[in-house]
Amino acid sequence: MIAEKYAKEIESLFERYPADQRKSAVLPLLHIAQQEYGYSSEEAMKEVAEIIGCDPTHVRGIAGFYSLYYEEEVGKYVLEVCNDLACALRGADEFIKMAEGKLGIDLEGTTEDGMFTLKNVMCLGACDRAPMLQCNLKFHENLDEAKFDQLIADYRAKAAAGDSEPTVVDKILIQTHH
Amino acid sequence: MAHVILRHRDVENIKELDVYVKNGGYEGLKKALSMTPEEVVNEIKAAGIRGRGGAGFPAGIKWSFMPKGDGQKYIVINNDESETGTFKDREILEGNPHQVIEGALIAAYAVGADMVYCYWRGEYMDAAYPAEKAIKDAYKAGYLGKNILGSGFDCDYHNHFGAGAYICGEETALLNSLMGNLGQPWSKPPFPAQAGAYDKPTVVNNVETLANVPPTMVNGADWYANLGTDQSNGVKIVCMSGHVARPGNYEVEMGKVTYRELIYGDEYCQGMRDGKEFKALLPSGGSGPVVLPDALDGNVSFEGLNDYGSMMGSASVIVMDEDTDMVWAALKMTHFFKHESCGKCTPCREGTFWLEKTLHRIMEGHGTEEDIKTLDRVAHSMQGKCLCALGEFAVSPVIGTLKHFRSEYVAKVRQAEAVPAD
Repeated sequence: MIAEKYAKEIESLFERYPADQRKSAVLPLLHIAQQEYGYSSEEAMKEVAEIIGCDPTHVRGIAGFYSLYYEEEVGKYVLEVCNDLACALRGADEFIKMAEGKLGIDLEGTTEDGMFTLKNVMCLGACDRAPMLQCNLKFHENLDEAKFDQLIADYRAKAAAGDSEPTVVDKILIQTHH
Repeated sequence: MAHVILRHRDVENIKELDVYVKNGGYEGLKKALSMTPEEVVNEIKAAGIRGRGGAGFPAGIKWSFMPKGDGQKYIVINNDESETGTFKDREILEGNPHQVIEGALIAAYAVGADMVYCYWRGEYMDAAYPAEKAIKDAYKAGYLGKNILGSGFDCDYHNHFGAGAYICGEETALLNSLMGNLGQPWSKPPFPAQAGAYDKPTVVNNVETLANVPPTMVNGADWYANLGTDQSNGVKIVCMSGHVARPGNYEVEMGKVTYRELIYGDEYCQGMRDGKEFKALLPSGGSGPVVLPDALDGNVSFEGLNDYGSMMGSASVIVMDEDTDMVWAALKMTHFFKHESCGKCTPCREGTFWLEKTLHRIMEGHGTEEDIKTLDRVAHSMQGKCLCALGEFAVSPVIGTLKHFRSEYVAKVRQAEAVPAD
């Protein structure tokens, strides 16, 4: 339950918005819940609705609308490759084919060990450094086959060693400057 | 010329508060606080700073729409940078965050707001670390919070992360998203200055727009107005991507640099990648019509592409070489708009769906001459029928490529028809 685990931080989230506008915290809360539950599961969405005090249907609508919320289970690391026009002009489509082959999965698939999910996404705002991807919202830019091999090896090693990278929760909750 | 916005390229570590202050940082705020709010609005009006998110609406006039007097008001910074080919606001906030904070504070003082929300696209969460540190340091040093610099002016500042939606770059959609709703635009009026965030008067300004404010306060409206052209004052950051040798952001004085110089100039992109021939470019991501080699003589300014049937927009320049299949490019962009349509207006929701489906059929080799007419018909029947600009811009890839590259469509469908069905 994130309500207990992050009680203090969640309170500080609400303090950023007018007192009667708890719904404003729905996006950050769903980011946190998704991290904790692995994806935007029924329980995750229900818990966010309870914390805010709104109908779970509203949270479900939010999760469906925004592309960073995953309504299906995903791997530990979600690799999201941009293949919009600007990136595709610099080889993003070929890069995705290569990545599919290396991971042995198709787009939207997850490796058997549950480590990686591969997705393609719309523009991530790094068009000058394509091909690029984000892995759990961390950007990796100017990629090629060799760098992709290294990136996968690095994440596998990190997972084996107990990943200490800042999570999405850390990134949301860093904002406690009062 | 030294950079006005991308100052981190000239001054190492300007993202740190002490370095920023040592290099003239927060002097613009100090000057603003020594003036009346109305004088500050007039200064920005006189400078002629126009919105850098694409629409080019004058910032000072936007500020002047805010009601006078007490009462809750908000400044909201639009950092939902999601137009394909745009990556300038991220660089500004990563490299020079205090200039944006300072700009927002000046805006808040000018309109009587005591709260700033900076709406970031969720994908930029990792890029937000320098800005988070800048906010904390600004609080500690008394540039944010209560009684700022002893002036009696109070202002808070919070980052707010979105979660992946291009449409949230539209100001009313952004405000809906900030309020915890689906990121869908509303029908104006009410304009944000009347009833914006939480139904209170609100100014929504783009990151780059606000970054123009502090240097203008320090150097004066005349200095700013003397940069650029009559209609386009100041400097603009151009995002260069696609088939160029050296893609990236380049800060240019408005009206002084042509697209040809940007692509081939030594201080800019240094030519086409692999020495290929230039074919076409999209000057404002997917939203502005494609232009041909003749437009390379156009300059970067709000009016610089008027003669070529296109627009600068957010200045996200996607360059394409001789090998680019323009039907493929149109499909890529149309897929983007279909994915990002918020679904509120039927012409946009259904129109982008059919445009993509038809383009896909042509690309797959199953298109007919009738499909080309369908593209024309669907695109033209979407125009002018949607609440926000997305529906309007979504037809631009199809209309632009049909206008200039119709022969590529025709070649594809003729080839398709020549193959007997099995």
